[in-house]
Amino acid sequence: MNSPPSLYRRAAFRWLLSLVAVSAFTLLSGCDRLPGFLNPGGPIAHAQREHLGFVILMVMIVVLPVLVLTPWLVWRYRYSGQASYRPRWSFSKLIDVLIWGVPVIVVGVLSVVLWQKTIALDPYKPIESDKTPLEVQVIGFDWKWLFIYPDQGVATLGRLILPTDRPVSFTLTSATVMQTFFIPALGSQIDVMNRMVTRLHLIAEREGDFMGRNIQYNGEGFYKQQFTTQTVSQNRFDTYIDQIRTQGHTLDQGAYALLKAQNTWKDVANALSDDPPPPAPMVAFSQVPDGLFHAIARHQPVDWAGLAESSDAASNTSERAIQERNTQ
Amino acid sequence: MTDESSFLLGRLGWDALPFWDMIQNPTRESIINGIIASGAAGMVVLGALAAAALITWYGKWKVLWCDWLTSVDHKKIGIMFIVIALLMLLRAVIEAAFMRAQQAFGLGGGFLSPEHYGQLFTTHGTIMIFFMAMPFLTGLINFVMPLQIGARDLSFPVLNSVSFGLTAAGAALMMISLVLAPFSTGGWTGYPPFTELQANPGPGVDYWIWGVTLSTLSSTFSGINFAVTIYKKRAPGMTLMRMPLFCWTALCTSILMIFGMPPLTVATGLLALDRYLDFHMFTADLGGNMMNYINLFWAFGHPEVYILILPAFGVFSEVFSTFSGKRLYGYTALVIATMAIAVLSFTVWLHHFFTMGQSAHINAVFGIATMLIGIPTGVKIFDWMLTMYRGRVRLTVPMVYAVGFLILFSIGGLSGIILATPSIDYQIHNSLFLVAHFHNMLIPGLLFGMLAGYTYWFSKAFGFQLDARWGYRAAWSWIVGFMLAFFPLYALGLLGMPRRTVAFFDPVYLPWTIAAGLGALIILYAIVCLMAQLWVSIKRRDALATPGGDPWDGRSLEWDTPSPVPEYNFPVLPQVNSHDAFYRQKCDGAPHESPARYEPITIPKNTAMGVIIGVSGTAVGFGLTWHMWWLALAFSAVALVAMIARGFARNTTWTLDAEAIERQQRAWAHQLEQFEPITRQWEQSEANRGVPVPPNEGAIQ
Repeated sequence: MNSPPSLYRRAAFRWLLSLVAVSAFTLLSGCDRLPGFLNPGGPIAHAQREHLGFVILMVMIVVLPVLVLTPWLVWRYRYSGQASYRPRWSFSKLIDVLIWGVPVIVVGVLSVVLWQKTIALDPYKPIESDKTPLEVQVIGFDWKWLFIYPDQGVATLGRLILPTDRPVSFTLTSATVMQTFFIPALGSQIDVMNRMVTRLHLIAEREGDFMGRNIQYNGEGFYKQQFTTQTVSQNRFDTYIDQIRTQGHTLDQGAYALLKAQNTWKDVANALSDDPPPPAPMVAFSQVPDGLFHAIARHQPVDWAGLAESSDAASNTSERAIQERNTQ
Repeated sequence: MTDESSFLLGRLGWDALPFWDMIQNPTRESIINGIIASGAAGMVVLGALAAAALITWYGKWKVLWCDWLTSVDHKKIGIMFIVIALLMLLRAVIEAAFMRAQQAFGLGGGFLSPEHYGQLFTTHGTIMIFFMAMPFLTGLINFVMPLQIGARDLSFPVLNSVSFGLTAAGAALMMISLVLAPFSTGGWTGYPPFTELQANPGPGVDYWIWGVTLSTLSSTFSGINFAVTIYKKRAPGMTLMRMPLFCWTALCTSILMIFGMPPLTVATGLLALDRYLDFHMFTADLGGNMMNYINLFWAFGHPEVYILILPAFGVFSEVFSTFSGKRLYGYTALVIATMAIAVLSFTVWLHHFFTMGQSAHINAVFGIATMLIGIPTGVKIFDWMLTMYRGRVRLTVPMVYAVGFLILFSIGGLSGIILATPSIDYQIHNSLFLVAHFHNMLIPGLLFGMLAGYTYWFSKAFGFQLDARWGYRAAWSWIVGFMLAFFPLYALGLLGMPRRTVAFFDPVYLPWTIAAGLGALIILYAIVCLMAQLWVSIKRRDALATPGGDPWDGRSLEWDTPSPVPEYNFPVLPQVNSHDAFYRQKCDGAPHESPARYEPITIPKNTAMGVIIGVSGTAVGFGLTWHMWWLALAFSAVALVAMIARGFARNTTWTLDAEAIERQQRAWAHQLEQFEPITRQWEQSEANRGVPVPPNEGAIQ
C-alpha cells in the first residue's frame, strides 16, 4: 500500500533533521573539551548555538538549490550535449516570482526571529533570577584583565572566579586602547573602551574552567591576553573569596604601576613574587583602592590614601551609584 | 644616527633597515624575522633594478614614457592599473602564505614575532583592498566600459592619468615600507586609539595613513570619471537600459566610489591631524572619541564591499551570457538588484560593530537591513543559473571561475547571514569565522571575477589569447586552494579562535590551522600557474593571436573592434538598436559594417601630469612619514605648480586624419576575409583567429 505523500515528506524531514543532528553530534561528541559556544556553559551560549542552527537551516532553503542545481545545469546544458537550446529565452514571470519570493519569505522569517533573539540576548539586559547578581568590574590593561569584586572588596588577575547559577553583572572599561572581553562558552563578547563603560550579563550553569580572552587586537601581547574563567558552587566561591581576602596582595601604587606596564598577568605575578591562595595560578588582591574602576574610566586620580582603612560598604555604594549613572 | 633632529633625513635612521635589529640583538627570533624581512626588501630592490636593467637593455625607456606612462588612452591606463594589481596580488599572497605557515606552526609560538605578524596582516589587508582589488576593478572598468558603451575615451582622460598616478604612488609607498620599515600593526581598519601617537608613535601608522589616503583620492576621481562617462558618452541609441550589465555595475560602483571614498579620506586626514598637529579627534582624552572614526571608517567600509563586488558581478553577467550562448536571464531584474544593493549598502555599516554596546534595537534594525541585501544578491545568483538553463554551456577558463563563484559565493552568503544576526555575531565577531566569511566573498566573488575578466578580455588588449591549459590549472587550484585554506577558518572561528593572533595555546586548533596552511600552498601554486600562463602565452603569442577581435562569439560592442583595439576605438561611433548590440549585428549578417565616409578623429595628447602627481604623491607621503618636512613641502609645491601650469595648456589634442583611419580599417577588413570562421568547439585552440561562424550558420549548435 502507498502511504500518503505527506508521510513521505515527514519521514524525509525527520531523516534530514537526524542527519543534521548526527553530524552536529559527531562534531561535538567526545569534545567536552571543545572551546567555544558549541559546547556551552550557560544558557546564553546555548541560545546562541540554537539560533545558529536555525539560521543555517533557514538559509539552506535558498543555498541548497544553488549547490545542487549549478553542477546539474553545467552538465545538462553542456556544449556537446543534446539538451534543448533556447538562446533568446530570457524571462519567466513565474520563475521570477519564485526567485524573489522565496528569499523574501526566508529573510522575513529570519528577521522576526532576529528581532526577538537580539532583544532577548542583549548583553545589557540583566538576567532574570531569584538570586542577586554578582557584581564584577572588568578593567582591560595592555595584555591582561583585572577583575574587581566590589561587594567583596577584592580583585584578581588571570583568573575569573564565578559562582554557578547566579547571574553575573559585568561593568567594563579599558585603561588603554580598545579591546574586547569575551568568554565564548558563557556568552556574548563586549568591547571595552577608555573613558567609556560598557555592560555585560552572563550566567554559568555548570562548574568548569572556560577560556576567556581579549578578541580585539591591541598589540604584541594580544595573543597572550587570556584568562581562565572558573565556575564553582556558591560555597566554594565564598571560601575562595575569604582566602583571597586574607592571603592576597594590596593593590597599591607599586602593583598598579605593574598593571599599567605592557605585560601579561604572568609577568605581574612574577614581579610580585606571588604565592597566591588557591585556586592558583592567578594574582589575588585583598585590597583595592576605593573607586579604582571609576577613576580609570573617568581619568580621575586614584584615591591611594584610603587604601589602609578602606571599608567595603562605603566603596560599594559609591560604585553602584556610578554604574547606575552609566547605564542610563 | 641621531633621531628626530636630522633636517635632511627626519627620523629615518639605520634602524629602519629590516636587518638592523638582527645585527644589533641577534636572538633566534630576531634572526629569523630579520632574514624574512630582508628577503622581502631584497626582492623589492632587486626587482626594481632588474626591471630597470631590462628596460635599458632592450632600449625601451622611450616606449615606456611615450606609449605608457604619459598616455591618456583609457585602455593603456586600464592595463597599467591591472599590472599594479597583479604585482600587488603577488606580494600580498606571499604574505598570506607566511601568515598561514605561522599559524600552522603557531601552537604556543611559531617562527614569526608578534610585531612582524602584526605588520603582515596589516599590509596584507591594506594591499589586497586598496592596491589589488581597487586597481584591478578600476583597470577593468577603464579598459572595458568605454568600449562597451561605444565611446572613444573617458570624459576626463587627464584626470584618469592622475588617478593612476595616485594609486601608483600609494603602491610605491607600500613597497618602500618593505625596505625602510616598519609598517603599521593596526590592521587594515586602523582603529584608534591604537593608531594614535600614544600607543604607536613610530612611522608605521603614517605609512598606512598616506598609502590609504592616496588610494582613496585616486578612487574618488576614478568614480567621478566613470560616472560622467557613462552618463555623457554613450554611443547613439545606447540607452541606459541597453547597456551591457558590466556597465551598469560600473555605474553603481562609481556612484559608491563618489560617496563612499571621501569618508575614509576624511577619517585618515583627521587621524593625521591627531598624529601631526596634536588634535584630539579620536584620542581617549580631551574630548576625542574613537567611535567617530569607526563610524566614518565603515561609512566608507561597507559601500567599499559593494564597490569591490559589483564589477565582479558585471563580469560574471557577461561571462555567463557569452559562454552559455544565450541572452542574460532577467536583465531588468539584474539592473534593479544591482541598484538595490548599491543603495542598501549605505544603510548597514553598523553591523561591523554590533559588539560596541549600543542598544539591542539598533543592532536588530541594522541586522535586518543587512539581511535584506541578501535578497537581491540571491536573485542575481538565480539569474545567472537561469542564464545557463537552456543554453549551450562551454566550460572555458572564465566559466570555471564563474561556476566556482556561484557555488562558493552562496556559502559565503550563508555565513554572511549568520554574521548579520547580532545575537550570533556576539559569538563570532573578531574571530576567524569573520576572516573566513570576507575571504569567502572576496576570493570567489571579487578575485574570481577579476581573473575571469582578465582571461576574457586579455585578447582584446593584446591581440592574443591566454593559454588555456595553464588557465585551467590556475582556476582549479584557486577553487581547491580557497576551500582548503578558508573552510577550516569557519570551524576555528566557531571554536573561539580570534583573528590577528600570532599564536595560540589550545591544541584543538592545530589540525585546522595545518589544513589551512596546505590550502595556502595550493593558492601559491595557483599564482605560479597564473605567471606560467602569462609567460607561455607571450611565448606563443603568434599561435594564439586573435586579430579578428571576436574570439568568444561576443555580444557587446567591444568585440566589434580589432584586437588589439586602435587608439580611437571605433572609426565611427556605432549606432545601437538593442541589447547585445554586436550579437544583433552578427545575427543580421552584417558585422563590422564600414561607413560611407570616414571622419578625422580628435584625440587627447599625452601628458606628464599623471607621472608628476604620482612622483609628488610618493615623495610627499614618504616625507610626511619620516618627518622630512623639506621633502613634503618641496613636492607639494611641485604638484601645485604642475596643476596650475596644466590650466594654461591650450594645445591638448591632436587629430588623426580620415585617410589613416580608412587605411587601418581596410587592412583589418582584408585580414578578416583571410581567416577561417570557427565554431565554438575550437574557441580555446589555435584555430581561433577571432572570427566566429555567424549565429545563424550554427556557431553554437
